[in-house]
Amino acid sequence: MAQLNDTHIEVSNLSFWRGERKIFDDLSLTIPRGKITAIMGPSGTGKTTLLKLIGGQLTPDNGSIWVDGDNVHALTRRRLFELRAKMGMLFQSGALFTDMTVAENVAFPLRVHTDLPERVIRDLVLMKLNAVGLRGASELKPAELSGGMARRAALARAIALDPDLLMYDEPFAGQDPIAMGVLINLISRLNKALGHTSVIVSHDIQETLSIADYVYLISDGKVLAKGAPDQLNGSEDPRVEQFMKGRPDGPVPFHYPAPSFKDQLFGGSQ
Amino acid sequence: MIQFLQQLGAKAVNRVAAVGRAGQLLRQSLIAKPAPMIMFPLLVRQLYFIGVLSLVIIIVSGLFIGMVLGLQGYTILVDYGSEQAVGQMVALSLVRELAPVVTALLFAGRAGSAVTAEIGLMKATEQLASYEMIGVDPMRRIIAPRLWAGFISMPLLSMIFAIVGIWGGSLVAVDWLGIFSGSFWANMQASVSFSEDVLNGVIKSLVFGFVVIWIAVFQGNDCVPTSEGISQATTRTVVYSSLAILGLDFLLTAMMFGDF
Repeated sequence: MAQLNDTHIEVSNLSFWRGERKIFDDLSLTIPRGKITAIMGPSGTGKTTLLKLIGGQLTPDNGSIWVDGDNVHALTRRRLFELRAKMGMLFQSGALFTDMTVAENVAFPLRVHTDLPERVIRDLVLMKLNAVGLRGASELKPAELSGGMARRAALARAIALDPDLLMYDEPFAGQDPIAMGVLINLISRLNKALGHTSVIVSHDIQETLSIADYVYLISDGKVLAKGAPDQLNGSEDPRVEQFMKGRPDGPVPFHYPAPSFKDQLFGGSQ
Repeated sequence: MIQFLQQLGAKAVNRVAAVGRAGQLLRQSLIAKPAPMIMFPLLVRQLYFIGVLSLVIIIVSGLFIGMVLGLQGYTILVDYGSEQAVGQMVALSLVRELAPVVTALLFAGRAGSAVTAEIGLMKATEQLASYEMIGVDPMRRIIAPRLWAGFISMPLLSMIFAIVGIWGGSLVAVDWLGIFSGSFWANMQASVSFSEDVLNGVIKSLVFGFVVIWIAVFQGNDCVPTSEGISQATTRTVVYSSLAILGLDFLLTAMMFGDF
């Protein structure tokens, strides 16, 4: 049981195919409770897919995912929705409901999952919005927010029910430096204040490493490296080094597999 | 040759799989513990978007089609000296055929395409996934109210279409061309039977409404979540719905009026 308490999510021997393409091949990893775990890797390695698998939105072809001691993909639809009420997810686009105001968006999970009186919900919404600095924007529609604000509003919605687990899908992608700084600060502060498990999927190396407690580097469907940020920074594996230093060419080639350039240029009819 | 067969087979398998997914969507969205307190406001909202906002196009089209029927009927019937029967002709063609079919075609273009695009865009912007992760089933929250709203509005719209059309026919035949209004309405009353004509027309519109809105929500939910995918899904909604309406109309007409 002690093991169970320390591990929040356990992914074991996970395989997942998308059509003919293999996304994960016998992937195993554990995510510790109450910490910030980063899952990093080049684009197209299925990091977002992994979050969707953990949330039960996709079903693996092989292997299992355990969240809080429940096998996510063996649950009934109703139990799965109950489990999701304890998870929060911040989507890359924010995914705010466009037909509601910011305040209604944040209130939505509270209205659905609790019987709290309207006055209490209002106060809770104000607190959550205050935490992300958007109390003043509560009556705006999502279309009126900037990208960074939309993501913060979505973050307020994700923490509305005080989830045990918060998953961030590329939280820093496409943000200006100020918005990025605000988000980094928020993610780290919320994690410390609320004590939930955070999983960050990202390829923004420096930003993610600055707040992560533990990092998994995924490539070609497998765990390439894992450890604390310092360990990965000091890694001598050339593939890890290429990713961490952001070198354009190396073990991960710059060119998509192709026949020899010379042959193609001078090879006549081809 | 082999490749052609292979592609044909793959297409067939994909179609069958899509029908299966559409059936699953229906089961997941409609078969559930009723929650009237949550569902009712959502349903009213969708009735407004799907039904009320379609009223203008239905009324205008019904009026013109009724007027054309009155005019065409008159020019043909007057040769045989039976222009008094124009009321009967207008009413029967509207109630039996034109009201359900044309309303359903307009409904597919006006409401069906809008529903597909809306749900498709919700999928593309991860709003559907977001509902799921909040622990709310989008099948119940998004799909079900739209299905019910389409199912409820279609027969009502079709009835409004028929009524406005008959009024348009009388405008032309009685008020303009001068047919005696007594014979216009009396002929209609004598020949249109409630159980044969009106009821069958309502049954048709129920079937069409169900099929159109089912296709619309399925295409939206099943689309590839890109701008191209949404546009293709919207096109498919209109094309498949129209074909389904016309095909089913023949089938239903044969079943209802085909026993000679």
